[in-house]
Amino acid sequence: MIAFHLNGKPVTVDAAPTLRLSEVLRDHLGLKGTKVGCDAGDCGACTVLVDGRAQCACLVPSARIAACHVETVEAEMPLLSRLRASFLRHGAAQCGICTPGMLMSACDLLSGTPRPTAAEVENALGGVLCRCTGYRKIITAVMEANSAISEPDTASNVGARLPRLDGAAKVAGDSFGADLTLPGALTVKAIRSPHPHAAFAFGDLSAFAARPGIAAIFTARDIPGRNAFGVIPAFADQPAIAVSPARFRGECVALVAFEPGAEPDLTGFPISWTALPALLSPAEAEAAGAPLLHKNRPCNRLTQGRVVKGDAAEAIARSAHVVSGAITTSHVEHAYIEPEAGAAWMEGDTLVIRACTQAPAMDRDDTAAVLGLHLARLRIIPSAVGGGFGSKLDVSLQPLIGLVTLLTGRPSRMVYDRGESMTSTTKRHPAEISGQIGCDSNGRITGLQFDGRFDTGAYSSWGPTVANRVPVHASGPYLTPAITANARAVHTNGPVSGAFRGFGVPQAAVWQETLYDDLAAKAGLDPLEFRILNALRDGDASSTGQVLHAVGIGPCLEALRPHWRRALVEASNTTFRGVGVASCWYGCGNTALPNPSTIRIGVTPSGQIVLHQGATDIGQGSNTVIAQIAAEALGVPVQALHLIGPDTALTPDAGKTSASRQTFVTGRAAHAAATALRAALLRLANAGEDASLLPTNAGVVIKTGSDTRKLPLDLLPLDAFGYAISAEATYDPPTLPLDENGQGSPYAIYGYGAQMVELSVDPELGTVNLHKITAAHDLGRAINPMLAEGQIEGGIAQGIGMALMEDYISGRTDNLHDYLIPTFGDVPPIESLLIEVPDPEGPYGAKGLGEHVLIPTAPAILNAIRHATGARVTRLPALPHRILTAMKDARHV
Amino acid sequence: MTAFARPAELFEAVALAAQGYRLLAGGTDVYPGTGRQIAGDVLDLTALVELRGFDTSNGLRIGACTTWSEIAEAALPQALHGLQRAALQVGGRQIQNAGTIGGNICNASPAADGIPPLLALDTELEFASVAGARRILLEQALLGPRTLAKTPGEILVALHIPPSALTGVSAFQKLGARSHLVISIVMAAVNLRIDAGTIQRASIAVGSCAPTARRLRELEQSLIGMPLDRVRIDPELVIPALSPIDDIRATAGYRKTAAVTLLRRLVAGCAA
Repeated sequence: MIAFHLNGKPVTVDAAPTLRLSEVLRDHLGLKGTKVGCDAGDCGACTVLVDGRAQCACLVPSARIAACHVETVEAEMPLLSRLRASFLRHGAAQCGICTPGMLMSACDLLSGTPRPTAAEVENALGGVLCRCTGYRKIITAVMEANSAISEPDTASNVGARLPRLDGAAKVAGDSFGADLTLPGALTVKAIRSPHPHAAFAFGDLSAFAARPGIAAIFTARDIPGRNAFGVIPAFADQPAIAVSPARFRGECVALVAFEPGAEPDLTGFPISWTALPALLSPAEAEAAGAPLLHKNRPCNRLTQGRVVKGDAAEAIARSAHVVSGAITTSHVEHAYIEPEAGAAWMEGDTLVIRACTQAPAMDRDDTAAVLGLHLARLRIIPSAVGGGFGSKLDVSLQPLIGLVTLLTGRPSRMVYDRGESMTSTTKRHPAEISGQIGCDSNGRITGLQFDGRFDTGAYSSWGPTVANRVPVHASGPYLTPAITANARAVHTNGPVSGAFRGFGVPQAAVWQETLYDDLAAKAGLDPLEFRILNALRDGDASSTGQVLHAVGIGPCLEALRPHWRRALVEASNTTFRGVGVASCWYGCGNTALPNPSTIRIGVTPSGQIVLHQGATDIGQGSNTVIAQIAAEALGVPVQALHLIGPDTALTPDAGKTSASRQTFVTGRAAHAAATALRAALLRLANAGEDASLLPTNAGVVIKTGSDTRKLPLDLLPLDAFGYAISAEATYDPPTLPLDENGQGSPYAIYGYGAQMVELSVDPELGTVNLHKITAAHDLGRAINPMLAEGQIEGGIAQGIGMALMEDYISGRTDNLHDYLIPTFGDVPPIESLLIEVPDPEGPYGAKGLGEHVLIPTAPAILNAIRHATGARVTRLPALPHRILTAMKDARHV
Repeated sequence: MTAFARPAELFEAVALAAQGYRLLAGGTDVYPGTGRQIAGDVLDLTALVELRGFDTSNGLRIGACTTWSEIAEAALPQALHGLQRAALQVGGRQIQNAGTIGGNICNASPAADGIPPLLALDTELEFASVAGARRILLEQALLGPRTLAKTPGEILVALHIPPSALTGVSAFQKLGARSHLVISIVMAAVNLRIDAGTIQRASIAVGSCAPTARRLRELEQSLIGMPLDRVRIDPELVIPALSPIDDIRATAGYRKTAAVTLLRRLVAGCAA
């Protein structure tokens, strides 16, 4: 027995002496606020205080805490309360998975340094990784934790800097996928391929299954339905459990379910592997005679997309200036701090799966197909999601724990370890992009030719979306009269490439935006002025022939102009200091495909207003933003709404959290549902449109002038949803399909942005020091400016990682110390300029933002490096040795 | 059932080590490679008083289980500032609060942050076992990547820095691709004794550029007698002494030139 003080109270626990403290806290003592992100001390999410000092609980043997004082995020301490409040006030928690580690690290700092500098915060919290926020708001929240609080803004609806409505849970240690363990739940572990391509055969499975502690083993033979999932049904090809051969390293080939309490030991699992030749690059996969990963996909080509408008070759031939170039990008790992995790159980005939996800309805459809279940027998409840960024759109463990629970009838639970999360889930597509761009003697773009090859890995995932979306966006937000853009997704035995914030557009922007700097130079124009000259404007036709409205790129670029001019002067006074700019545009929602969202709002007989909100909040803020929109349209303060969901049994389908669609699409549905409900309520009171809705504890009161009357909701019969009165509305963005030349109107709304990077390069070491990033983003209408800034800062942080350090190599960087993501200190101060060019299609004019914010960062950094040094880096990440080599090359040109 | 011991007395510890117990110090290198718990019998060294803290009675003795935070926060002479700088870059604060200087040495990574500054301090290692105590220079104990001249049953008790190394100035720099939690591409440590504007003694070590961190003796010799305003780092005395590899973090060629650059800056910084 180990006796110690936990959060001020004496406790004893019977735990093995070298069991990690994190497991003791979570599994023995039931305190799930301490989060496990890596079990290796690399991420800091599990930070607790041991005798007042921050330690990673995953590295502390339980025996060592005997007689110690341990504080976790569950502690009740005045300092921790102030920190929690400050994190909420400053928007420092997004998904919330790193928040307990940040808070506890900050407690250690502030207990000795009540008013720290930014540098002190960075050093003290530098051991905790965050993938959502870009760290800046965390720095502010810690610095300001002990400051007097000014009067809170009472505004709550559209346009207000409202703290997250789900924030209290985030700063208390929210309940993520790994945080629910049902009594008697089986622990599920996967057997995974150690090779990128390998045949396998099982030995005596029944003998292994007879080992003590093992409940059952499952292989592909046990799958009752169609053993193929995929986010795009027509391409569904990925087995939940592979049949020999395995096509990528980390692919699941069998499951072992362990009894609760048993050591989940997979050693000696009876399987023999025969490594097969693996195709590890698109060049190998497209070579003549290369074996096919999927027999029905010739040349290992999954799909291709194209956009052709005018005669680009001829336009370029007639151009006054032409530039050409090629870039290569790497696999990029999402590196959310929450590895995939979830639990499954039966409720009567219904299989319930609670797991981290971005797309509960898609999970239900894919999992039901694998398990051969009717949709009505499967309920998906998203847990709090500790970051997604695209990868949690695809199912991971849902069919696996679903299978175990369905076939055993027992609850089950699965938590990926960090290596498993990194090897088995999707990545950003590596891209090889080449082509040329021309302009006339005035600097106006004349034509663009683009050829992109994307390594889509072993299975389809979102490869078709990348191949289709990239050509549409290949021009960037510039008027381009003639274009030929081709993109293809090629299968390899690499990791499955899927969705990652921007669906291939960030890779394309690296190519196009660095070439535009070259083109501006040839035309004798300033890079910013070249972009302003060519910026799309209202009434212009895009590459797909879509006539655009509410185009915000011009205002974004113009908003940067004073910053740009200042920065150019500063850079000219200092050697090896540079400034770079790049733009983005991004169509919100699916590419020329339906993607409806439905929202329901009901009023109970007692007058409680209930918002059924099915848009999954993965940290980006839809729990708050959708509610703000609904409250505004209903004419009540947001605090009057009771929020439900997401849950496929309780909320109508609000689609997936991807493609920057939730604020726009689900927001529109919320606006429509709220507007309809308001009209119904006013009708009930015979009141005019100018009447006010007053939710009170006693019920809903309608006020017209001095006349107030309480609605007789308790006298109404309940409707089909169990409410006195309710409204449900669906919104699907109006789009037109793309024809064989990629002509059409693939998106109803586009968002725009431009970012400017100021940096210095160490001329001898090739290291980059970022000084400031200024980000102008047209989001139509900032429903919640604080959350919008959070998106911008977090997207920029990921763009910095993609530009300067991130390179996923399966089998080599499957952990968070070899796979580098930005830390505190890698993200410079960011000035966000929120530009509002309202789009009549969006709710209150709002456009999407979540992906836009990542797109310009990497090319703006490359352009600034070029400005500072002359170095042209064409392979990402721009590691110091690559920059130094490029600088030498530039001197020899 | 495996055993776990956390003795307070060294004689108990060496007896258990002789029985094949696995040694556990801060745990920051052991746990990342382990499952739910550590396999086998475990000897936790962190309660051994002899393995903690500083003793200045003869040179400087640092207990092997002294944490990086304790080193960073201690009042130590300028000759140890390079080591203290390294202490603040071993992972994040959580790692520094748990990880120990002895564990860093015994793990013997070519990229161990503590080793270059300790090499530059002429550090000697003190081992204990049932056979008694033994001392060996750190430089001689570094046999290869992850290989230290330490026999099974031996416990690293302390590090000894001789009085001759405690004078002068020191500096350390680690180069990586991000700000915190850096695994170095190259690192370098420099200790100089300067008198009347001239370098009297130089100790220089480079890490992450060879199977083990290395002292650069020829470079050290070349600096002796040099006036500070004319200090020159001759790449020919640095690069041939290194044998870096190409890996995901950098190329070998980059490491060589970066090592020269770091050394030039560190020496200039010490001289300033």
